[in-house]
Amino acid sequence: MIEIRRVFTQVEEIFHEFGPVPAQPLLRGAIGAVLTNPYAGRYEANILPMMDALQDVGIDMARRLLAAMDVPAERIATYGKGAIVGEHGELEHGALWHVPGGYAMRELLGWKGDREAYKAGKVDDRPTGQPANALSIVPSTKKVGPPGAALDVPLTNINASYVRGQFDAMEVRVPGAPLPDEIVFILAMTTGYRIHARVGGLRAEDISQWNGLR
Amino acid sequence: MSANIRKIIVQVDEIHQEMGRPVSPPTRRALAMAVIANPYAGRYSENLDELIAIGEELGALLGHKCVQALGIAPGQAQSYGKAAIVGEAGELEHAAAILHPKLGAPLRVAVEKGAALVPSAKKRGGMGTTIDVPLGHKDAAFVRSHFDAMEARVGDAPRAQEIVVAVVVTDSGRPLPRIGGLQVQDIQGQDGLR
Repeated sequence: MIEIRRVFTQVEEIFHEFGPVPAQPLLRGAIGAVLTNPYAGRYEANILPMMDALQDVGIDMARRLLAAMDVPAERIATYGKGAIVGEHGELEHGALWHVPGGYAMRELLGWKGDREAYKAGKVDDRPTGQPANALSIVPSTKKVGPPGAALDVPLTNINASYVRGQFDAMEVRVPGAPLPDEIVFILAMTTGYRIHARVGGLRAEDISQWNGLR
Repeated sequence: MSANIRKIIVQVDEIHQEMGRPVSPPTRRALAMAVIANPYAGRYSENLDELIAIGEELGALLGHKCVQALGIAPGQAQSYGKAAIVGEAGELEHAAAILHPKLGAPLRVAVEKGAALVPSAKKRGGMGTTIDVPLGHKDAAFVRSHFDAMEARVGDAPRAQEIVVAVVVTDSGRPLPRIGGLQVQDIQGQDGLR
């Protein structure tokens, strides 16, 4: 069922946006895997087998993206995901990515703390009060589009969705894909705040509730 | 003077399959782009030395980024190309100043050897303009399996006062090449052509 035709990775280093140059550039990375859509051209009622089959793809893509960004997992501050479905598919096929795509990145970034405490929704005893990493929902977008279609993949903090200075989006496109019978599944991660972020709101160092939101 | 770089983007495109046929090993093309301030934006300058120096700096930087992204030894690079998109307040000659006088030599160091001409493209454009970076084999321009192009684009560049500079390095030719011509194993690699 899984047929990977192409893998496209992109890493962007942003040094300034015409303001003071920060000590460390912002890194933003995205990976797009171009897969055959096994349901192209017809209505298929049960598409869940593909969701299971995508688990390993998600894990592999998350690892490859982190490797391409060449930073330790601890530096990843935001994430997002998306899908672009070729014209012989439907939007619902893109939705297959929600579980395997999100789960893969959270696994990769998240299980640094106490897994059992996280699963139980409890806070462990570590001084930070942080039960684990990657507590936030992974924001997403999806569309049906032609080859080369661009998708704006939303990005938010991995532990608290309300960290305002890290709300962002990254435009991702794979030239020449998706073909009508393909889907581009996308993961994105960054190392932090927008360059010159200055509109206030919750800061990552002030996260206190560890509920994925604040 | 060194380049005022706003951002650097590196992309790797791996093709594993075409028309249902496996591409083994996958073809891999790396694209590195720098978005830089154009020191001559908005005025006519007879002398373009600053951009020529920037071209030399970026030839090394972007060439190295591509090789690094492919995870190969420099000598394993097979084809290359370069391009520039000049923002609205600049002129085509600014792209030429970056690309032609000095960018090639350090790029050839980054890919080891490089007897062949580095194919190039240039244009003026706004933010999100795409440019197809032409590709040719680094040691013999007539290798037909390696004629290719890779699309380069930065969503928020070039702004009017900026230039996008792109370098592509591959470790392979096109997927499933089968139109004959000079083959890689028959390269002489002396004159840059055959």
